[in-house]
Amino acid sequence: MAKRTVAPDSELVAGLTRRQLQEIYYYLALARAAEERLEILFRQGHVHGGLYRSLGQEGESVACAYALRPRTDGTGDLIAPLIRNTGAIFVMGGTPLEYFRQYLARGAGPSRGRETNIHFTDFARGIIGPVSPLGTMMEVLAGAMLACRMRGEDRVGMIWCGDGQTSTGAWHEGINFAAVQRCPVVVVIEANRWAFSTPTALQTRAKQFVDKAVGYGIAGERVDGNDVIATYEAARRAVDRARAGEGPTLLEAETYRLRGHAQHDAQDYVPADELEQAQARDPVELFRKRLLAAAWATSAELAAVHGRVAREVEQAAQQAVADPYPEAEEACAGIYTDVEIRPPWTRLEAPDPARA
Amino acid sequence: MATIAQGTTRTKPDHVRKTERGEAVTFLEAISEGLFEEMERDPRVFILGEDVGVYGGAFKLTRGFSDYFGRERVIDTPISEAGFTGAAAGAAHMGMRPVVEMQFMDFIAPAYDVITNYIATSLWRDAGPMPLVIRGPVGGGSRSGAFHAQNVEMAFFHTPGLKIVYPSNPYDAKGLIKAAIRDDNPVIFEEHKGLYRAPHLRQVLPHEDYIVPLGQARTAREGKDLTIVTYGMMVHKSLEAAATLEKEDGLAVEILDLRSLLPLDEDAIVASVQKTSRVLIVHEDTRTGGIAGEIALRINEKAFAWLDAPILRVTAIDSPIPYAPTLEDYVLPQTADILTAARYLARY
Ligand SMILES: Cc1ncc(C[n+]2csc(CCOP(=O)(O)OP(=O)(O)O)c2C)c(N)n1
Ligand SMILES: [Mg+2]
Repeated sequence: MAKRTVAPDSELVAGLTRRQLQEIYYYLALARAAEERLEILFRQGHVHGGLYRSLGQEGESVACAYALRPRTDGTGDLIAPLIRNTGAIFVMGGTPLEYFRQYLARGAGPSRGRETNIHFTDFARGIIGPVSPLGTMMEVLAGAMLACRMRGEDRVGMIWCGDGQTSTGAWHEGINFAAVQRCPVVVVIEANRWAFSTPTALQTRAKQFVDKAVGYGIAGERVDGNDVIATYEAARRAVDRARAGEGPTLLEAETYRLRGHAQHDAQDYVPADELEQAQARDPVELFRKRLLAAAWATSAELAAVHGRVAREVEQAAQQAVADPYPEAEEACAGIYTDVEIRPPWTRLEAPDPARA
Repeated sequence: MATIAQGTTRTKPDHVRKTERGEAVTFLEAISEGLFEEMERDPRVFILGEDVGVYGGAFKLTRGFSDYFGRERVIDTPISEAGFTGAAAGAAHMGMRPVVEMQFMDFIAPAYDVITNYIATSLWRDAGPMPLVIRGPVGGGSRSGAFHAQNVEMAFFHTPGLKIVYPSNPYDAKGLIKAAIRDDNPVIFEEHKGLYRAPHLRQVLPHEDYIVPLGQARTAREGKDLTIVTYGMMVHKSLEAAATLEKEDGLAVEILDLRSLLPLDEDAIVASVQKTSRVLIVHEDTRTGGIAGEIALRINEKAFAWLDAPILRVTAIDSPIPYAPTLEDYVLPQTADILTAARYLARY
């Protein structure tokens, strides 16, 4: 995994150096390649649960996370990612190997085969893994950042929420708590037009999500989430505000979910022209063109990025496939800190219900 | 009721016409048919839930319903389980009979407040009956992880005023969903997703309108040597075990399929215990606080003198449902566990 390095060259745009701009491109390419490789593994039957793509949303995910201060020693910024934040997880130091092992339910994976898709937690790198019920993580991240603030740590928490998730009671209670307590939180709304098959118009009558910031009394910004530079700049401002003690920002990133909700969803409810238009606004492709046009990267440099990404992804995928599942008996471990969960009595060598 | 909007097409969706054509239906199709027939029969019945309309639900159970009945009777809601369950309560007050779909029953949790504090107490508060159904997929075994696999019955079992239904086969599922919709009490209706499309469970159902009354168990298999009290997916694992026990051990196992968990058919349980004197309770739900505890105590109260052996249970271990196949299979009760437990009991 690449380290965030201090670039030797000067700032070109949005305070980013040539090296950083190319690093952003690396994360974009890595997220996309990892998901594409996972799709192949899925078709080969290696993935048991649902597979969720972030195709078309890599831009906002990577750009927002890139505005954070990742660390590996548990002192850096925190993220609460969702299914479409493969990119953000990589920016924080998650690896393709972890990603594949997690999806493939491998025993050596970050959740030891317990949890699905990107549901894993690593406080060292500032990743608070989600549970499926939407809204919960908004509350949890508010509290995590409350604790940081109480201890005088200048850490920032970033959460990604789908447009659909904003309809949950939990989300409302969480963001309101963060607002009232001025928690250092950046709330990224991934406004990708759909929540499974439900269009945004059936989630909210608000014209735009950023309008909700007014209701919560917090800062709000709206940005083209497929414009990597603009999104990075907006995220940067929100992170700076949070770190300066100015409380949460609601950052609406307009983007588009180019695939169905999950692998099983053929998205036939999506109007064809809408999809076509969105495809023309692929954030990775837009960023690639911009890098080249502004001479922030050469095609040779970008080719090298893709070469590196392909190697890393392939190696990780093969390693994960070769890895075993967890041992069945591991199921009894880690449910309590101090209470033993015994194996089913029917599976004891001499079955005895009294020993259950 | 004339003002309730109609849909854009009067063609019935194909998957609710199988019984009409004399074809066998899956568990899922049986529920679709039951829902569809009740909506045709009674304009007060309407559906709300996430993605139930245009998409037809995450499992496509209401596919085509919104075209037929109109989008006002098949409402795609915001992601707001608490909100739309509460709204269903309000509509029920006004004489409607809402059917709420939870995309996965795990997500009923945000609605726990309105269900237990408002809906379940409505009649008792003299605020009127609550003729509504909350239905959705439950259960593990599909490698979907801890939040798409739960069985929710015991989260609601101790709430007076609720009914809980958990069918195991297409015939019962259709009859029970229809009965649940016609019932004047709030009903939580659990559908094991492992049964939805299981091909071997397909049944040809009666042409005529029928219901399966709530609160009545069914003898899924007659036997004299021991009773397995169970429901849902575990009925099928128990049947599998019983066939083996008959062949290999010469044991005649009786299987009681509870069908309704609340109210519990105590009479049927007691009658079977009096017949066999040995009882094994099998449920997929976790062990501690599982329904086995309640059933065992009822047997203790009503049929203690008939028992020849301790009452035993086979359940999931007290763990969230893990994702990895090795772990999930370990956590959930398997046919082999039922075999072992039944043999232990028979020898006792
Ligand atoms: C409380 C709750 N209800 C329902 C679901 C099922 N569900 C999972 S994702 C999803 C749609 C989410 O849409 P959105 O928030 O817009 O995120 P997107 O998938 O577009 O990234 C639904 C309904 C859930 N996870 N949690
Ligand atoms: Mg969305």
